[in-house]
Amino acid sequence: MLEGIMIGLQTAFSLQNLLMVIGGCLIGTFIGMLPGLGPMSIIAIMIPVAISLGDPSAALILLAGVYYGAIFGGSTSSILLNAPGVAGTVATSFDGYPMARDGKAGKALTIAAIASFCGGSIGAILLMIFAPMLSSVALLFHSAEYFALMVVGLSAIAAFAGTGQVAKAIMMTLLGLIMATVGEGALFNMPRFTMGLMDLQSGFAFITLAMAMFALPEALYLVMDPSRSKTGQSSDIKDLRITKDEAKSIAPVVGRQSLQGFFIGVLPGAGATIASFLGYAVERNIAPEKEKQEFGKGSIKGLAAPETANNAACTGSFVPLLTLGIPGSGTTAILLGALIALNVTPGPRLMVDDPQIFWAVIISMYIGNLILLILNLPLIPYIAKVLAVPRNFLIPFILFFTLMGAYIGQNNATELLLLVGFGICATILRFADYPLAPLLIGFILGGMLEDNFSRSMQLYDGISFIWERPMTLGLLVIACLLVILPSYRARRARARAAGVADGD
Amino acid sequence: MALDRWIGLILLGIFAAYGYAAWFTMDGSLAPFMRRNPIWPSTFPKVLSVLGIICGLIIVLGLEKSDKPREENPSVIVYRQLKEFKLGQAGLLLGLMVAYALLLRPAGFIIATVGFLVMGSVILGERRWITMILVAGIATGVVWYLVQVVLGIFLRPLPAFMGV
Repeated sequence: MLEGIMIGLQTAFSLQNLLMVIGGCLIGTFIGMLPGLGPMSIIAIMIPVAISLGDPSAALILLAGVYYGAIFGGSTSSILLNAPGVAGTVATSFDGYPMARDGKAGKALTIAAIASFCGGSIGAILLMIFAPMLSSVALLFHSAEYFALMVVGLSAIAAFAGTGQVAKAIMMTLLGLIMATVGEGALFNMPRFTMGLMDLQSGFAFITLAMAMFALPEALYLVMDPSRSKTGQSSDIKDLRITKDEAKSIAPVVGRQSLQGFFIGVLPGAGATIASFLGYAVERNIAPEKEKQEFGKGSIKGLAAPETANNAACTGSFVPLLTLGIPGSGTTAILLGALIALNVTPGPRLMVDDPQIFWAVIISMYIGNLILLILNLPLIPYIAKVLAVPRNFLIPFILFFTLMGAYIGQNNATELLLLVGFGICATILRFADYPLAPLLIGFILGGMLEDNFSRSMQLYDGISFIWERPMTLGLLVIACLLVILPSYRARRARARAAGVADGD
Repeated sequence: MALDRWIGLILLGIFAAYGYAAWFTMDGSLAPFMRRNPIWPSTFPKVLSVLGIICGLIIVLGLEKSDKPREENPSVIVYRQLKEFKLGQAGLLLGLMVAYALLLRPAGFIIATVGFLVMGSVILGERRWITMILVAGIATGVVWYLVQVVLGIFLRPLPAFMGV
């Protein structure tokens, strides 16, 4: 491991990669602060730039920096404007915004930055410990287990979608999977489902889909619902210091939430959003009675908890991506797509084949956190000026960047028409409360899922691999349970609410 | 019927068409030696279509019920609010994007992009013409430079009839 860390340090501390981290964090903070634009949209917009860098380490470092910066920027707009740009920072606004209203905006930002820094750094250390362990286990997996593991990942994503949403999330996953089958695959050498259209021969482009699913609906929502884009002058930010007592009181919160957030982040489907809400709830419940009253009115513990948890969870979500090649969230799915475009296949072989990529990413996470603390925090009063940019100028630019992203990726104007078409569909789906992240995850995993499925079918001459390999069977049973349990529990809860006695 | 179930019905239709192609039409053109393979190009799509149709039926028939009313969730925008939304502006902007897609090659990057940015602001109600044109012009120049020179991707700057 020490050797790996050294390789990582060497790669991450090259001038180019340091610039990537700094640039990524700044861009991420800058755009993440704009209300309504989440990390997924920003990363989707940044992908063409990252891909044309050509160097996978640099690209991944840039995108990871953007990711961190976006989360940090999101918490800034939650604190200053009560307008969270990202679902993962909604819990931050519970206590952050009351603090800002009391004139303690500077203090709130500092606490948020320190909590994020600690969460992210502890997360990076845990990642360093757990990722190699997990990937050495994963090396024992065959294609059958990979297939089963991906099914588990996809069903977990659906299972975490919430009550009444499981069928919709599965539907979206399946839609993503069937979109992945369009075009000519390497496996069969024949075009499928192209309806005779030449433009579909190579399948749908991942960047176009990512833009259409995330960036475009966000922008359209900003247009349709002006109240969502609360731009305007924020209150003055001054006095960034916190006292020793305050630091002492948030230290245990930060410690607990780093661990909890990290492990929630590792689970597929449960990302920063669940981690931050759960972190807030847990800290409120275990706080002494007197402090419990302060939660929601500007408690520093209530601010530190979700901030630590969401950053630790972001780091945690890299574990399944880097070790198994299975993304657990929309953001990591986009990162996976970018990596595949750069000819890197994340998975257990990544540590063996490209150790410099693996370790450089981990080290640069740490550097990214440091940069957010020492560079972005002092700059926040200036970066916050972006909140004053009028939306009449902002929105055309967001739309233009989505168009450019899709065009640069494919160099094809038809792609832009596809982008608009998919964007309209995605907006309608969001109206109807269908989750969009599963669609993209399904689309990205679709090719790999089918490859592994076909390989196992060929090795075992049929579907007997399902019962002949106990681990595959076990994983598939887990996948079924994940899908069935939430609706079963909801049904039972309803039955109980209706006064029907439990069967057992 | 609520919007989400109508969409469920549309998705069900998509899966049915997909399933029809996978089960009945795709295998016709399969080479004889491929038929000995345990896996056909249509195998995976067949599985997906069955799962998709089951899932679609669950949504359309409303078998899975939600515990909490949708209004409790502030992030969900109920489609009944549609009337309050500025659909016209959104539609015009989408039309503008289509126009941009069609004009990008023939009109060249600079004219198309400046036009797009200015028209976009105009649709949103901006009337400070000089500021708009200045901002759009500078942004277009910077982006063109970045894409063409830094990233090395060809973007035709001027209209087709002016060469290059």
